[in-house]
Amino acid sequence: MSILIDEKTPVIVQGMTGDKGTFHAKEMIEYGTNVVGGVTPGKGGGRHLDRPLFNTVKEAVKETGAEASITFVAPAFCADAIMECADAGIHLVCSITDGIPAQDMMRVKRYLMRYPRDRRTMMVGPNCAGIISPGKAMLGIMPGHIYLQGKVGVISRSGTLGYEAAAQMKEHGIGISTSVGIGGDPINGSSFLDHLALFEQDPETEAVLMIGEIGGPQEAEASGWIKDNMSKPVVGFVAGLTAPKGRRMGHAGAIISAAGDSAAEKAEIMKANGLTVAPNPSEFGSTVAKVLGV
Amino acid sequence: MDVHEYQAKELLGSFGVPVAKGAVAFSPDQAVYAATELGGWSWAVKAQIHAGARGKAGGIKICKTYHEVREAAQELLGKRLVTHQTGPEGKPVQRVYIEAAEPFERELYLGFVLDRKAERIRVIASQEGGMEIEEIAKTNPEAILQVIVEPAVGLQSFQARELAFQLGLSIKQAQSCVSTIMNAYRAFRDSDAQMLEINPLVVSKDDRVLALDAKMSFDDNALFRRHNVADMYDPSQQDPREAQAAEHNLNYIGLDGNIGCIVNGAGLAMATMDMIKHAGGSPANFLDVGGGASPDRIETAMKLVVSDSNVKAILVNIFAGINRCDWVAKGVVQACKNLDIKVPLVVRLAGTNVEEGRKILEESGVKLITAETLADAAEKAVQASQGKLQAA
Repeated sequence: MSILIDEKTPVIVQGMTGDKGTFHAKEMIEYGTNVVGGVTPGKGGGRHLDRPLFNTVKEAVKETGAEASITFVAPAFCADAIMECADAGIHLVCSITDGIPAQDMMRVKRYLMRYPRDRRTMMVGPNCAGIISPGKAMLGIMPGHIYLQGKVGVISRSGTLGYEAAAQMKEHGIGISTSVGIGGDPINGSSFLDHLALFEQDPETEAVLMIGEIGGPQEAEASGWIKDNMSKPVVGFVAGLTAPKGRRMGHAGAIISAAGDSAAEKAEIMKANGLTVAPNPSEFGSTVAKVLGV
Repeated sequence: MDVHEYQAKELLGSFGVPVAKGAVAFSPDQAVYAATELGGWSWAVKAQIHAGARGKAGGIKICKTYHEVREAAQELLGKRLVTHQTGPEGKPVQRVYIEAAEPFERELYLGFVLDRKAERIRVIASQEGGMEIEEIAKTNPEAILQVIVEPAVGLQSFQARELAFQLGLSIKQAQSCVSTIMNAYRAFRDSDAQMLEINPLVVSKDDRVLALDAKMSFDDNALFRRHNVADMYDPSQQDPREAQAAEHNLNYIGLDGNIGCIVNGAGLAMATMDMIKHAGGSPANFLDVGGGASPDRIETAMKLVVSDSNVKAILVNIFAGINRCDWVAKGVVQACKNLDIKVPLVVRLAGTNVEEGRKILEESGVKLITAETLADAAEKAVQASQGKLQAA
């Protein structure tokens, strides 16, 4: 098992015919992802990468039975593309796009709430590297070969720091059940907490690594939830110990602007809630190994 | 993106928020002219910088004569104003705002913020105007009034009314306050602001409610559709290195250490800085080259990093996903050939096309120190910065 996606999940690619869409759709197909089609308004009826193209997500769902979507759509149009998925009954939408206005995301989140819980779309991202269930399927832009299949769930705000963790774990012979990039924006589609809950339910996952960064209340919220609800061990880390206050560190959401936003404060909250905190970013692998007892 | 007080007020004014009458001036002559145009008997000359707490730092001067206006403008213009929000280096004052000083009855606080926890716009008000809201939150948290805006329908009049009456205003004042709150909300929403602070919001002797100061910052991700906001950009208020980086769409933040960092991805860039610190060194900057970095982009990044005279070693740390190590390697080689780099260079490549990348570096004959892991890279960079490690 894994969470969110596996080799069977039928996937469509929104913006498949663009440069980035084409490149990463190819990579995903090569990795073994069940890509069933693409959506580019105006190119419906055509084919791309030997897959059918559709004008709308609804059509794609009707014709292919797609359950998940990945969006390579420009920031100005991305909120629209995500809401289109929700309306078409897509279960999971992953948005790679960096640069979506925060107020657009605010409206997207509100829009997703229109649907009852059992058919509400789970959104991952934006501004993320995507999702990978190693050995099964990839819904993202990560280099697939650095991930070993295994039993640790990974949730990371940063894409590249998630890669770093995967590579270190591979060095220790530790594999990953699913790795989820929740993205670096101030308003995410889904949070640490959403995915922790899924990993807790997943019989194949034995431990979770969560990699946070400065800014926002997400890590603290998740830590509190872990203490009360999580039976599996969780390793935590927060990037940005050296980040100055009040500066936006690359990610739109990575800014220390309120109490509790700094890396040191968040790491303390994690420890207080029973997480094992990796002492520095070169010890993801060794800390997870220690927790697993391998 | 931050803007100046006078720009925020112009924007608010265009949405129907009453603001105190004023005009911007770039020279003492213009300041005096502005004062004569505004009329009245007393004026405030306010330094325009992208930071608050100007009053306590001597950045706001009340003047009773045109001569005083001239002197105040002369003193402020060209100076670097240091407030407790600017850091020790301060911010340059290139513009002053001349405002007709109006007597008022009460000082209130009104703020709007895009709240990350609620994922909604939050409106904050208080009777304790003129003080910093963080201060009120600490000393008198009950004095802070808040409402959350439901994004599907926007701010409702009843919410503004509730705030106005809780602020203890008379009927006439409350009417004016409600329209001020509603218009300020529209300005916030329709300009994609992240933060709007009107402090103080004052009640005039004739029961009008108007903005005496205004501070606004905007969502960088929305500037593509807010040209009026994007046009207010003032590079003088930024670190010159950061302004230069912004021209090339690089995410750069200057710090005070001596190891220049070139990294892809914001999280890894922060982790690299943390790792340098852990290894006993100090980062000179944060720099995220972003996804799909071309060789030219890497060269531009290197150029920017070496332009900092504090830099004693450079660390390039790339874990390529959407990036390609071969492109990065080409960029590093290109930069070493085109730029006169006098400090040691440590390069760590991993991820997509890593073998091709390493080969390009090896075959180029460029002098550099290669590293395998993040820890290895940070340790080597620290040693190199202390002159303990040379390039082979």
